[in-house]
Amino acid sequence: MEIPYVSEPRKDTGLYNAKVGIWLFLASEVMLFGGFFSAYILLRVGAVEGTWPTELLNVPIGTFNTLVLIISSVTVVMAWSALKLKNFQQYRIYQGITILCAFTFLGVKTFEYRDKFTHYDVVMTNGTRVDGHLVEKTDDHIVLSHPVSYPAEKGIAYRPTAIALMEEGEGAEHGGSEADAHVEGTEGEEAHAEEHGDGHGHDMTIAMSDIKKMTNWGPWANTYFAIYFTMTFLHGLHVLGGALLIAYYWGPGAKMWKTDPERYTNRVEVSGLFWHFVDLVWIFLFPILYLL
Amino acid sequence: MEATQTHVQEHTSHDEHHHDPGFWRQYIFSSDHKVIGIQYGVTSLVFLLLGFFLIATMRWSIAYPEKPIPVVGPLLEAMLGDVAAGGIMSLDLYNSFGAMHGTIMVFLAIVPLAFAAFGNYVVPLQIGAVDMAFPRINMASYQFYFVGGVVMFTSFFIPGGAAQAGWTSYSPLASAIPTDGQTFWLLGMVFLITSSLLGAVNFIATIIQLRAPGMTWMRLPWFVWVQFVTGFLLLLAFPPLESAAIMQLMDKVAGTSFFLPTGLAIGGQLADVSGGGSPLLYQHLFWFLGHPEVYVLILPAMGIVAEVIACNTRKPIWGYKSLVYASLAIGFISFIVWAHHMYLTGMGTKISTFFQTTTMIISIPSVIILTCLFISLWGGSIRFNTPMLFALAFLPMFGIGGLTGLPLGFSFSDIHLHDTYYVIAHFHYVVAPGTIFGLLAGIYFWYPKMTGRFMSEFWGRVHFWASFVFMNLIFQPMFAQGMSGMLRRMADGGAGYSIANNPDAIGGLSDKIIGLNVNISHAAWALGIAQIPFILNFFLSMKYGKKVESDNPWQATTLEWQTPTPPPHGNFTKDVTVVRGPYDYSLPGAKEDFVPQNQSA
Amino acid sequence: MSGHSPEEIKLERKRYLTVFIVLIIGTILTVGASYIELPTFALTVALALFIASIKGFFVAGYFMHLMDEKKMIYGIMGATVFFVIGLMVLTIWASGDPIPNTIYP
Repeated sequence: MEIPYVSEPRKDTGLYNAKVGIWLFLASEVMLFGGFFSAYILLRVGAVEGTWPTELLNVPIGTFNTLVLIISSVTVVMAWSALKLKNFQQYRIYQGITILCAFTFLGVKTFEYRDKFTHYDVVMTNGTRVDGHLVEKTDDHIVLSHPVSYPAEKGIAYRPTAIALMEEGEGAEHGGSEADAHVEGTEGEEAHAEEHGDGHGHDMTIAMSDIKKMTNWGPWANTYFAIYFTMTFLHGLHVLGGALLIAYYWGPGAKMWKTDPERYTNRVEVSGLFWHFVDLVWIFLFPILYLL
Repeated sequence: MEATQTHVQEHTSHDEHHHDPGFWRQYIFSSDHKVIGIQYGVTSLVFLLLGFFLIATMRWSIAYPEKPIPVVGPLLEAMLGDVAAGGIMSLDLYNSFGAMHGTIMVFLAIVPLAFAAFGNYVVPLQIGAVDMAFPRINMASYQFYFVGGVVMFTSFFIPGGAAQAGWTSYSPLASAIPTDGQTFWLLGMVFLITSSLLGAVNFIATIIQLRAPGMTWMRLPWFVWVQFVTGFLLLLAFPPLESAAIMQLMDKVAGTSFFLPTGLAIGGQLADVSGGGSPLLYQHLFWFLGHPEVYVLILPAMGIVAEVIACNTRKPIWGYKSLVYASLAIGFISFIVWAHHMYLTGMGTKISTFFQTTTMIISIPSVIILTCLFISLWGGSIRFNTPMLFALAFLPMFGIGGLTGLPLGFSFSDIHLHDTYYVIAHFHYVVAPGTIFGLLAGIYFWYPKMTGRFMSEFWGRVHFWASFVFMNLIFQPMFAQGMSGMLRRMADGGAGYSIANNPDAIGGLSDKIIGLNVNISHAAWALGIAQIPFILNFFLSMKYGKKVESDNPWQATTLEWQTPTPPPHGNFTKDVTVVRGPYDYSLPGAKEDFVPQNQSA
Repeated sequence: MSGHSPEEIKLERKRYLTVFIVLIIGTILTVGASYIELPTFALTVALALFIASIKGFFVAGYFMHLMDEKKMIYGIMGATVFFVIGLMVLTIWASGDPIPNTIYP
């Protein structure tokens, strides 16, 4: 009992079964990511003035990842067309690059995640908000590197302005006065002296007793990070899944090329379609999360 | 329903090289669509019973608040502990039973039965295919459903019990409840949604690709068309709910605030969350699925009713083309009506008008479908067997359900009726004497093909009349209760708002309205008892039912009746070519009063 | 794409490389456009989504062969895109059109 149209296309639709299947599945994936994009839009549009952060992600790294995925997108289709030309070796090479790109993307993403999880946001008792990379934590103090500080009441959307002002202040070589002027209500000489966060290597030590609230930059920190981590994690799962699928047919599953080349080529095509969808999602995710 | 029992099985060339695959491969891990269909069918019927049990116990609390439940009460206390202390249903238990009744009925009983069970068994047969396009994905979809069901069922027994925030699981309540029941619910939903998505892909791909030669789109039985549309509804509407479920899960487990607004206070305390979220976002994403979901519930049942009516009136269905276009229209429009479930969330007049308009428009194809089915009866030679009785009753019952939906579709009247018993009455009319009657018709109708025996006609009629009477006795009074302002989800049946308990208040619930609770509950328990003959009939007829005398005992035209009984692996013993439409009954000049689709002349 | 001759496939491959260049340029434009100061936020979003849509069109149209695909496929995807946009637009509209202040403060 053979199911028809597994490899050869049906005459009136011109399609083989798996192709119909994958496009249907991709339609549902469009709706899935669409649900998340709607969530992003609604949350952003509805956010109270000053509470939605920008410029928290590293644009060059994000751009690099985008280029990596675009490269993998072209290699995956070159690999498939090499198979159509019956050139198995060339398919092997192109598909190998695809898999490499996939794991590069995931590696970079992991690095980005770790960078965020070790970055702490501290609201001090004196009303200052500081965020920086956590280098040391003991029972009585913490040390943040590359700190950025600004008054907590201004909201996290003020952060880029605070950085710009800090850099200006540093460029004016005085270092202290303008930055000081923005830090209101400071208490304690020690804390005051270290508050020149200029973003360039001055570490800042904060006593535990001065800390009102301390959170690291994870999904719990604000809705922007919530949507960033959720969407990129889900996307990352799809990258991993797609990479494993492609790797399976590149490696152990390549036996099918000998026994049923038509079917094998179709399987490669279907996994390629999935891969392109993963790239497509990133093409929309990148500007929305990194640039807007 | 073993494939090995039965008299009419022909030995085919397909079977010769098969050695017996063994019990596990044949019945548990099978990729045969018929076995999977039966697996879905049996599991969903068990869940239907469980869902019924939940509401039957709740009805005691509604009719006799704070009184210990007889017989069942001590059982609940033994199984669930403090929430049923003294055999009395606590408020928390009422809430979790209520939430799970809805969840189980919709996602674990009706959708799997209507779409997956009947669809899996019948659709490949009706299009003349050997199996589904992706048999192993089919098996996986059942397994995901099964796991989702297990997760949902076990949630009753974890500390804190099952989900309590309604079948809709709105935030922030769902995230605020400190127990794990909601987390289990969300996890269960992710499995169930995955199962539905895989099933939908399979159905659509199969109908597109595996139609037999000659089976053009306009020769498909209408049952296949509605399953096709239902597949699209599931495919495209479920994913936003999956995204909402993931986000709500993140809110609960990872401390995010997708749906939790700034300044949220729980139990008088400011919640320690980042805030910035939107509870309305959840509602939009939920109802984006929620509305197409109700068409998922009704369309397959309509399809079954059409098949049963055509066969038992010995006439073609009236308006086949209208039925096809109407079902496509329903499918399409159902994606842009969802916020009529959200009229009371503070939406402005412009957006409300938009959704009211689309809601009114979607009622048109529904009426077209009902009209076509009614007109199909005209001039027919009606055979009043059990499936036909259920199919006939479906028509006016669905009519009542549909018409009572109109005041809910208009925002000005919905303001008074939203969240009242009127809503409960409306949707239960559509689903209970509506869909469930259609599904029961399907069970009685296709049982002979699956088992080679008829179910008892006598007990079928008993089951029908009792169910019909009691369903109306249950839901009819609820319209009155709703219109006088009785709200949903009240464990005391509205006693807290009654005139009896609040003599000076204006607009309280009268004794008559409260008194109806008792009548309704009694009718509900009677309905439960009325299902016993059905359950016994279902199982006993497998051994003792009247044997069929041919492969086509109802003398039907569609292809599932042109197979051996039960159909073997591979379904058809010879190649199928379709040469005519699906309902060539009483064709002038034909030898008999029906001509099967694959029979020329 | 089955049944295409080797010559057609070789031509296709040239086209893939062209699209690759287009996508690289598109990415550079995307990042570059983010530095342009536009009068309103809505315009910035519109520009970002416009460039992303062009890139997406190229990936879907050429890498995924949607341009040459059968009506059934791009019909399904078209309906999907319609529903996704409907979800986004109607949700935003609903949140932007609240009931006006009533007599209750």
